[in-house]
This record gives sequence, C-alpha cells and structure tokens, in this order.
Amino acid sequence: MAGAGLLHPSPQSSPFRFKDMIPRLELRNITKRYPGIIANDDISMSILPGEIHAVLGENGAGKSTLMKIIYGAAQADSGEIFCDGKRIEAHNPAVSRALGIEMVYQHFALFESVSVAENIALSMKGRFDLPALAAEITEVSRKYGMPIDPHRHVHDLSVGERQRVEIVRCLLQKPKLLILDEPTSVLTPQAVEKLFETLRQLAGEGCSILYISHKLEEVQELCDFATVLRNGKVIGTANPREVTSLDLARMMVGASLPEMQVTAPSRSAEPVLEVRGLSAPARDRYGMGLNDISLSVYGGEIVGLAGVSGNGQAELVSLLSGERLSPEADAIRVGGKAVGRLDASERRKLGMAFVPEERLGRGAVPPHTLWENAVLTAHRLGLVRGGMVDRGRAAGFAGGVIERFSVKAKGPQASAQSLSGGNLQKYIVGREIALNPKLLLVSQPTWGVDVGAAAFIRQTLVDVSRAGAAVFIVSEELDELFEICDRLLVIGQGRISQPLIRSETNREEVGLLMTRFGGNGNGGRERLAVQD
Amino acid sequence: MRFRIEQRPEPSATMRVAAPVIAALLTLLAGSLLFAALGYNPVDALYAFFIAPLNSINGLSEWLLKASPLILIACGLAIGFRANVWNIGAEGQLIVGAIAATGVGLFYPDPESSLILPLMLLAGALAGIAWAAIPAFLRARMNTNEILVTLMLTYIASLLLSWLVHGPWRDPMGFNYPQTALLPAAGMFEPFDYSYRLNSSIFITVIAVFLTWLFTDRSFLGYKMSVGGAAPLAARYAGFRESAAVWTGLLAGGAAAGIAGMAEVAGPLGQLSPQISPGYGFAAIIVAFVGRLNAFGIVLSGLLMSLLFLGGEAVQLGLGLPSAITRIFQGILLFLLLAADFFIFYRIRRLPEHA
Repeated sequence: MAGAGLLHPSPQSSPFRFKDMIPRLELRNITKRYPGIIANDDISMSILPGEIHAVLGENGAGKSTLMKIIYGAAQADSGEIFCDGKRIEAHNPAVSRALGIEMVYQHFALFESVSVAENIALSMKGRFDLPALAAEITEVSRKYGMPIDPHRHVHDLSVGERQRVEIVRCLLQKPKLLILDEPTSVLTPQAVEKLFETLRQLAGEGCSILYISHKLEEVQELCDFATVLRNGKVIGTANPREVTSLDLARMMVGASLPEMQVTAPSRSAEPVLEVRGLSAPARDRYGMGLNDISLSVYGGEIVGLAGVSGNGQAELVSLLSGERLSPEADAIRVGGKAVGRLDASERRKLGMAFVPEERLGRGAVPPHTLWENAVLTAHRLGLVRGGMVDRGRAAGFAGGVIERFSVKAKGPQASAQSLSGGNLQKYIVGREIALNPKLLLVSQPTWGVDVGAAAFIRQTLVDVSRAGAAVFIVSEELDELFEICDRLLVIGQGRISQPLIRSETNREEVGLLMTRFGGNGNGGRERLAVQD
Repeated sequence: MRFRIEQRPEPSATMRVAAPVIAALLTLLAGSLLFAALGYNPVDALYAFFIAPLNSINGLSEWLLKASPLILIACGLAIGFRANVWNIGAEGQLIVGAIAATGVGLFYPDPESSLILPLMLLAGALAGIAWAAIPAFLRARMNTNEILVTLMLTYIASLLLSWLVHGPWRDPMGFNYPQTALLPAAGMFEPFDYSYRLNSSIFITVIAVFLTWLFTDRSFLGYKMSVGGAAPLAARYAGFRESAAVWTGLLAGGAAAGIAGMAEVAGPLGQLSPQISPGYGFAAIIVAFVGRLNAFGIVLSGLLMSLLFLGGEAVQLGLGLPSAITRIFQGILLFLLLAADFFIFYRIRRLPEHA
C-alpha cells in the first residue's frame, strides 16, 4: 500500500507544506453542536496562501457547517479562527468580506428577473454605478476565462452561467480566500475543465481556495491538499495527488465500499417503455419544452439519461410518470399500451413505479409517518380494504422496507421529515421496488445520499433490472450513469440523442453531446424541494 | 441577551397536551385584565362569563343547542380544510339548507305526515350540497378561487332568504313581519323536555362527529385528501385527483351546513326570518381550526365557542358590558391558541454571548 503511508491521521503533521508560512486561515478546535448532533467536533486546520485546499467528506460529515462558520454565517460554540495570523473576534459575513473571504454557495442566491450587473450591484458596497460595474464585470470575467454578458437577465442563464455570475461577483471583491461548495455538481465535463483553469489562475495569484466536494477524481486533479471529515471530526489529511482515490474513499467512509456487481443484461424482446415523437411545451417561462423525443427501454436493462439540469429532464420525467399528461395518448407506451392520457395512478396499475428527485413533498409527505407514506403508492398491495386504510398492514409493509433497505429510522411511526435525505431516499426506493414494478423510473437516485447508501441504491437498481424490470434513470452524475447503465441517452435543449452503448462510449463523447445540443439549457428549474 | 427561534427536531409531546391548557389560562388572565381595565371585579366578571351560564339546566340545554350546529358545520368544513379546500361560505350553505327544509315543511301536501322531517333533512342537505357544488364546479373546471366564490355565494343566499321572507313566503297571518308561517309539528324535532329548547337533532351531530373521525382518520379517501393538503405534489405523484378532493371537501361542508340550517329551523326557530343564524357558519371556521381539524378536537372547541357566545350574552345582560366582548374573547383565545401551538414545533433558545 504505497499510498497509505502518506495519509496523516493528524492535521498538524503536513510535511510537504512550509511550516513557517503564516496561514491565510487557521481554525483551532472549532466545535459546533446542533440539537442532537455535534456537527463539528474539535476541528483544527489551516489553509496557506495560494493553496487549493479540499475539504472532503460524505453528506452529513460537517463540511457545510464548517464553511458557514468560516464565512461567519454560523457561530462556533467554541474554538478560534485566525486570518493571516490575527484572531477574528465577533464573526459574521460582513467581517469575512472585509477580510477578503468570499463564498460561492451550492444553491445560488440570484434574482431571476433582473440583469447580471444589477444582481452583482446588490451585493456591492459603495456608489451605485451600473455602467462602470458592467465594464468591470466584462473585464474581470474575461481575464479569468469565464466571459459573461453583464446585461443578460439571470432567468436566461444556464446553471453553469449562473455559477459564473456568483464567482465573478466574488472575484470583483478581490478575495484572499474563496470558498466553493460542491461547484461542479451542475456542470458539464468541459465546463468543469474551464472552472479548474480559472481556479488555478486565481491560486497562482495568491488567492487561497477552499474546495468542498465529495468527488474524489476532481479533488485529485485540482487540489494541493485535502482535509477529510467524518462525523464532524477531522479524520486525516493527505496530498490528494499522492494517494489513490480508494484511500481517500476509505478515509471518507470509514470502511471499504462493496464492489458493484454489474452482470450482462438480458433484454426482453419487446420494449417495456416506448416513447415516440413526444413533444410538449415548457411548463412555464423558466422551463424547457420537449422536442420530438423518442426512446425505448427494454425489460432487463438500465437506460440512463445524461444532461445538465434544466434541459428538459423535469418535463420528460413528469410526462413519463403521468404527473403531467401528454398531448397524445400513443406518444408514450408502457407494455405496448398507449398511456399518454392516463394519470399517475392508472400508469402505476400497469406496473410502473417512480422515484422522483424531490423526496420531501413529492416522493413523501413530510409530516406524515412512514407507514402513512407507504400507503401513498403501496395502497394497491392490500394496504387498503373496503375503502379503509389497514394500519396494521401498512405498518408491517413500512417495517419490511425499513428492514430490507436498512433505513435508519425509529420505526414505521417516524415522520418522513425526521429522516436524513439518504435514509428517506432508501425508504422511497425500497417502497417503489416493493411494488415489484415492470418499469421503474428513477430521477437523481443518489442526490445528497452518502457514499455508502449510494452504492447500495445503485446495486439495488442493477439487481432490479437483472430480475427483469425496465429501469430508466435520469441523473446529473455521469460517473453514476457510467457505473450502472447499459445504454445512455443525452438530453440537451429538450432534444434527445441516439442511444449510446455504455461499453462503446466514454465521458468525453457524452460531454460533447451535452454541449453540442447547446448544453447549457436555460437551466431555469432550481432544486427547490431538496434539502441537504 | 439574544434569542433564536428554532424548529424542534421532533414535535414536543408535552407541548401538544399543554398548549391548549396554557392558552386557556392565558385567555383567563387576559380576560381578567380586560375586565379590570373596564372597572369590573375580574372574578365576578369571569364567573358571570364562564360559570353562571352553565349553572342551570336551561343553561346546559342552551350550551349544547348552540354547540351542536357549530360542531356539525366544523366537522364538514374540516374535511375540506384538511385538503386545502377553503370553504368560507358555510353560512350561505346553512341558509339555503334552512330555506329548502322550510319549503318542504311548509308546502308538503300532508302536514301530518311522518315523512316530513326526513324529507326536510334530505332537502336541507341537498340544498347545502347544491350551493357548495357551484364553487366546486368552478374550482375543478376553471380553477377559480373557492374562497371568493363561497364567500360571495353567502351574500346571495342571505339576499335570497330576505327576498323570500319579505315576499312570496311571508306569512299572510304574520302582521307583515318578515317571516314565514310556523312549521307544522311533524316538521319539527321534538325537544327532550318542553321547558327547554334542546332537541333530538343533537344526535345528528353526534353521528357526524363519528363519521368525520372515520373518514379523516381511517378511510382511504380521507387519507388521499390529507396528502393533497399536506403535499399537493405528492398527491399528484401518487395520482390522487385534485378534483376529487375539491368536490368531496366542498360537498361535505355544504351537506353539514345545510343540515345544520335545517336543524335550526326545525328546532329552536320553527320558521324562517331574515336572521336565522348568529354567524354559525363563520364561527365554525374558527371551531374547526381550534379543534385542529380533528373530529374530537372540534367537539371540545365547539363547546368552548358556544360557551363564549352564552357568556357574552350573559355579561351583556348581567353587567351591561358591550356585545363586542364576545368577539374580543374569541380573538384573544384564537390568538393565544395559535401562539401556543407554535411551541409544539418550535422553541426559543438563548444564544451564548459572543465576545
């Protein structure tokens, strides 16, 4: 194990960094408690000037809390923060900005209906001079290789472009430390490359960058140093270029991950889901219309839909699930039957099951208990008799799902909103699979789910397909799609590509297809209902 | 010192029980201050408001008599409210129910027939349903706002009533008073005792409470409606039809209010006049919410609201306090109940001082 020797259990021992440099930012013994959990437990770390420093960890490891504390948006219960060797006293975001600390949030806080320059002006101090600001935006954005037109309206921008606006907003403040929270989750591979170039340029100018992620490949490509968090504690530090991604994953998860078992598919003779020439207008001005979509999914295989969010995925999924009706009945067929005009319940009767991307409020009713949420779709499994809900059977069903999918919950009586995102996702996936579907639609199966649970969910989807079900997955995570799908489709600007065989394609080809379609989409739909 | 409001990880079981008790105690305290400010001995005034009205059999009879329509209507409304179907027009549905029932009672060919009362009940329910079907149709088909439509239909109903009792249905023997003739004896609920006004229609309310509990807590349709109310996207995800919830919610409220209207004319009133309801249809909205849209909660809140009506009248008569006092009490109680409810889900935490 060549890499293992380079893992450092204590954050203080960092032999490959200059010990005598005054850190740009130093944290000493930061602790933050929330009711019931310790989000940050005695965290110490330091970030050097011009360093790209990764903070790695699963969801719930305490990364976001730590960033909020650094930025001053949350207060630590104990511990100290030093910036350029000086202790920060009363901390808040205004202090951060005065010190040159800027943060790009995972979910952008931009006003849709006004222009880029106006959005940025809102966060600037001093005189309100739009033309001068617009000129400055153009200059800075060009200098860092992320051109942006200051006069465009935000609702016309793709998610990637919105992120540029946020970054340019930070750059205008000439930051000394830039915090980025999962910045690549919404970008095409090509856009990720562009972002990395910008970040390297910034670091070369002496700006420190704190890069939060759970994507190991990116961290290895970009970062000089990594601090790994688990359960709110610093588990260790590493030079990500000198250790393997397996080592990093082991540090993050605390155990080794099971190997995925993907056997060869055996396709059914007839497609289970068949879409022919489906077109539909956008739901609203921020949505994306669909244009002549055709695809088919056979029993026994997994078909994945790749694309940057906001390119029509939400519209396609709601048309397939029956939450929205198609203009023509025979544009969508399930098991040979035209279902375009059937609602979700009627399609479910034909053997369809569906895991939506929003867990709270769509896949589950937040204040309802787990057994009540079982009735939501599993009522057809005899949980309702004579028009009355059979509470005993519902609780039994919910208990079965909890056990089979190792959902961490107090039992069938726990409310859906009391579960963590990953556990609720396991519950919903489990409930839909228990329906024994012929066709399973899954949207963003592992969004916000920790690495261990994600591996479990992916394996489950593979198993379901190998048992004969047709599985259709919409995901923004290319790695995930490449891991489990048999065929891949790419969506862009409401159009869909020809299917690609997974074993005959690669990330670059898929990435190019994502951009060739205009790639950006107009990215209007944000992830409103999902919380981390 | 700084404080912050934060969500509890789990709703507090203690506060769930304590909230209404705390709210009631605070209402008494606020009421005492109010009476003291008006120059009355708070103890005497509170006694006159809350205890004296229940001190006699007649008082108890009046208490239940007024609570009955409030509870009945609130049960019907709660079914819709749980699905976010906002029927604000129970008052109008009550009025048309009373009109239809009176029409049957007055014009049925055989005034001795034992069929009259059941037919009046049916007519009252159907009229309430029909009145509520207008906003249901408009909402389900054209997505109009049912709050506005139900409210506006209330004014139409009350003008219809006014026109009838001033015009075609006015009692020719009634000295020109705007009222109809008295209903025949066969068209009236029998009081338990002729000295008091409480009658057997209260059993309708008892049955309605049980049915409401069965529907909201146990039935699949009630389950679907609560999903639609708590998470409309989840209802759509599961394929539960919104229009079914709209129809069920509005028609249940209409039926309950129509029956309540029938029970009023066939009980304490005996005839139609321009003022047949002291605002039962509107007060029932408060009753439904104070009862947390739960059938048994509604029984308690209906009894409380009825007591507020009686107590208000009692202090007007006994102490000469203004009639607004009833509504002030209702307001204080509702405000404090909602405020206390807040602490079931949230708590206030003191933040540590920062140097």
